[in-house]
Amino acid sequence: MLAWTIYLSFAGALLEALLPQRGPGSKPALARWVALLVALAGFALAIAGYAAGMGQGRMVITDAAWVPAMGIHYLLAADGISRVLVLLTGLAAVAGVLFSWNVGHRTNEFFAFFLALIGGVYGVFLSFDFFLLFVFYEIAIVPKYFLIAIWGSTRREYAAMKLALYSFAGSAMVLVVLLAAYAAAGSHTTSLIGLSHAGLPVHLQMWAFPLTFLGFGILAGLWPLHTWAPTGHVAAPTAASMLLAGVVMKLGAYGCLRVAMTLFPHGMDPWGFSFLGIGSWRSVFAVLAVIGILYGALVALVQTDFKFVIGYSSVSHMGFVLLGLMTLNQIGLDGAVLQMFSHGVLAGLLFAIVGRMVYDRTHTRQLAELEQMQLSKRLPFAAWAFVIAGIASMGLPGFSGFVAELQVLIGSWTANPWWTATAGVGIVVGIAYTWRALQKAFFSDAPPAPHLHEHGHELAAITWPEATGFALLGLASLIVGLYPRILLDSIEPAVKALLAGGMR
Amino acid sequence: MNYIDLFRVTLPETALEAAALLVLIVDLAFLRKAAATARTGVAAVLGVAGCAVSLWAVYSAGSASLSFGGDLLLAGGGAAAVAEIGILVLTALTLLLIDSGFTQHPGEFVAVVLMAASGGLIIAAAQDLLVIFAGLELLSIGLYILTAFAKTSAKSAEASIKYYLFGGMSAACLLFGFSYLYGLAGSTNLHEVALAAVTSFGSGSPLFYVALVLVVVGLGFKVAAVPFHLWAPDTYEGAPAPAAAFIASVSKVASFALLIGIAAAIRHPFGVVHGVIRFVMAHSGPMPRWLGFEMPWTIVLALLAAASIKIGNLAALAQTSVRRLLAFSAVAHAGYILLALAWFSQRGAESILYYILTYGLTTIGAFGVVGVVERATGSDTMDSFLGLHKRNPVLAAVLLVLFLSLAGIPPLVGFWAKFNLFAAVLAVGAGVWPFILVCFAAAFSAVSLYYYLQVLKRAYVMPVVDAAPIRVHPVTLIVLLAITAAVVVCGCFPALLQNWIAGFYPTM
Repeated sequence: MLAWTIYLSFAGALLEALLPQRGPGSKPALARWVALLVALAGFALAIAGYAAGMGQGRMVITDAAWVPAMGIHYLLAADGISRVLVLLTGLAAVAGVLFSWNVGHRTNEFFAFFLALIGGVYGVFLSFDFFLLFVFYEIAIVPKYFLIAIWGSTRREYAAMKLALYSFAGSAMVLVVLLAAYAAAGSHTTSLIGLSHAGLPVHLQMWAFPLTFLGFGILAGLWPLHTWAPTGHVAAPTAASMLLAGVVMKLGAYGCLRVAMTLFPHGMDPWGFSFLGIGSWRSVFAVLAVIGILYGALVALVQTDFKFVIGYSSVSHMGFVLLGLMTLNQIGLDGAVLQMFSHGVLAGLLFAIVGRMVYDRTHTRQLAELEQMQLSKRLPFAAWAFVIAGIASMGLPGFSGFVAELQVLIGSWTANPWWTATAGVGIVVGIAYTWRALQKAFFSDAPPAPHLHEHGHELAAITWPEATGFALLGLASLIVGLYPRILLDSIEPAVKALLAGGMR
Repeated sequence: MNYIDLFRVTLPETALEAAALLVLIVDLAFLRKAAATARTGVAAVLGVAGCAVSLWAVYSAGSASLSFGGDLLLAGGGAAAVAEIGILVLTALTLLLIDSGFTQHPGEFVAVVLMAASGGLIIAAAQDLLVIFAGLELLSIGLYILTAFAKTSAKSAEASIKYYLFGGMSAACLLFGFSYLYGLAGSTNLHEVALAAVTSFGSGSPLFYVALVLVVVGLGFKVAAVPFHLWAPDTYEGAPAPAAAFIASVSKVASFALLIGIAAAIRHPFGVVHGVIRFVMAHSGPMPRWLGFEMPWTIVLALLAAASIKIGNLAALAQTSVRRLLAFSAVAHAGYILLALAWFSQRGAESILYYILTYGLTTIGAFGVVGVVERATGSDTMDSFLGLHKRNPVLAAVLLVLFLSLAGIPPLVGFWAKFNLFAAVLAVGAGVWPFILVCFAAAFSAVSLYYYLQVLKRAYVMPVVDAAPIRVHPVTLIVLLAITAAVVVCGCFPALLQNWIAGFYPTM
């Protein structure tokens, strides 16, 4: 059933591409509704698949010989972690379509690239064959480029090319590892399970682990290779930045967990010597994650562009995911997966408010200019939406961010208390930058610009797709925050199985 | 050998030559006064028919080979058969994409294409130094003429002269190398030469190395490997579009098939020596095992491969002409393939054939699109692709698929070809060098995405300057769509083509 999320999205993309492009035959409204229906159907399938998979372990969905001579299988399967992320993808897809309801330029092409990207993302989360996973991972790169380059804003061609090249460089690293692992395992299987049971030599794992983690980590915003993320997020159209932050960065983190950590667990073993207190690849990446948390938060604190604040906050929040992965204990990994979901929802929400509700109406994202617009009076819905999303993102109990980050911090305390302490500073700075942006953009005391009350400067009212999208994402965060067991019941057994399977 | 055997085995070549003469006669005798489009159409249809007959002849010949006095002249079956079928199909596609604008003499053009293709058929199967040389010259001289075919264009003439001078030099080197090999081995048969090379390697005769370098110069020129690639950008730029497509695809397939034939012949006696040495090395401590032990042949090819990958990709970054860009990307692709020739195996041979056939197919399509755009805008600079998605959405979609395939993006066939090739190299190559070179190639294929995206960016992203629609001839459009469909289908179901190629080899 879950496999149909992939096929449906690609079929939707093809259908959008075949709709009449321009002239009298073109119907942007039709393109929008088709995209919404496809996204909704995918979301419904994801929910149904999630409900059906409750309490189950790993389930194989499809297993067909793809290239029999080389032992490559078209192997789709899902465990608790995959199901949670598929659910997130469905949610992000629906919200993304709702928040791009006002795309009027080359509408059907926009949704064609959008749905192709979604299809690739579903595919990555459901692949249990390294080769297949890599194929879907690369499929997701090209639509991102075109979404940003065609429909973006601020320096879009630069940002799109930077994003594409960073992604492709990362995937070149992963390709090298794929080839080496395939050859070392005797050139007869690429399935993740088969490779992890092949007994890959420790010296191979020692270099393959960091290379894979780095390759996937680029897309997860691993410091110092995160620089594509803020520029990419800022230049992207609203729906694309929602997807970039919401699900594409999760592809990277998921690859780190599913491929780097499960195939090469010995790569995380101690080197046997330590330098500045760092004695294994595991502590290298944990330290990089902690630096990312703190660095992203501090940089977000001084941004003048509203969207850059959110862009850097994504780097900071993704640091929690990577830190959680490197704790290598049950609660830390639970927290990491939960944080993937939580950040996917909340970053999507924040980008939607900044990009769609504010920027599309005010045509500026400069905090200095927004200060003079008295947005809390003129756009009360956006202001209060940002209050809710902001407090959720800074980790107020009752929302998903709190449960996730708390678990990551507890997990990292048992691994190394210094990591927790530094990451805790990052949370405090997180409150500061959210508060600063909130205050400057919406609740400023600055005198209003003189032309504000003239005729023709009224801001358009909030439309129904925006309100629906906000309700969808806000509710998701609230439900998970109030009753985290709804996801943890799926995540915990899957993480336990991974840890018991030798990854420690 | 008797003449019946000779005729039976060379039936495909004979069919092509007969078709070439038929095209000339029909064009000169009956169609002198006809319109240019009609002449081109008739010539192309006759040429395609000739390819079809030749294809039938290849199939019916099966794995029959030709020997003279116990020495193999032309091999049958295996790589030779696959490459011959590829050459014929790609030639037919080139003929179907001919446009009528560039020449007054379509009949001659088609005839020369067919004759050059028959040269390609000969070298794909050749097992003897003299046959190799004769086939290479038949192919090369045809290519010089094709390059110069746009008689009103100075660029075309310049490109042809450059191509001819480089070609003549490298043919001389090749022949000189062959003469040394003959002197060493006392035979022109590849297998006996390889046997003699093993003994000469054992006794340390330096002549063998001299001959090796000279042969590499001659063959490196044919596949445009660095540093013998200098003709490629000028030729790709100056030649008429169909001639450039022919050089980029058919000539490449034939040349690599020749390299596979030579590598297979050499590997046979060398494999034993190499195996013994490698066994000794593997049991003599960690350092030699890590560094591995490489044959001189491997070292030379690996150097050429690394240089081609690096210079091809980096030079392509700086190009503004799409044809020159394709030329440098061809240099880079040749570099990837040379890696698999350096660490050669039967699986490697299959993966090279897979790579070169799909690469040839994609390149013909790419030159088809370039040709159409060139006719509409008068130039092949990147900026002439501006707004292609508005001027002709189908053409832009074809360009998107073909260029992404060249860049190696899944699920298109270029990705699978690359993966298969690199996997074959790693499956054979022991030691650290093959792995380092594969890393190098993977890193540079990430670089290559940049220049392919530069063209696609103009087609899809940048503002439209001239929105006038571009019209495409229906036949051209159908052929381009068929090529695109093949690229997508072979990419999604890679086993189809792979099993087909493996089917030509005797079961292992």
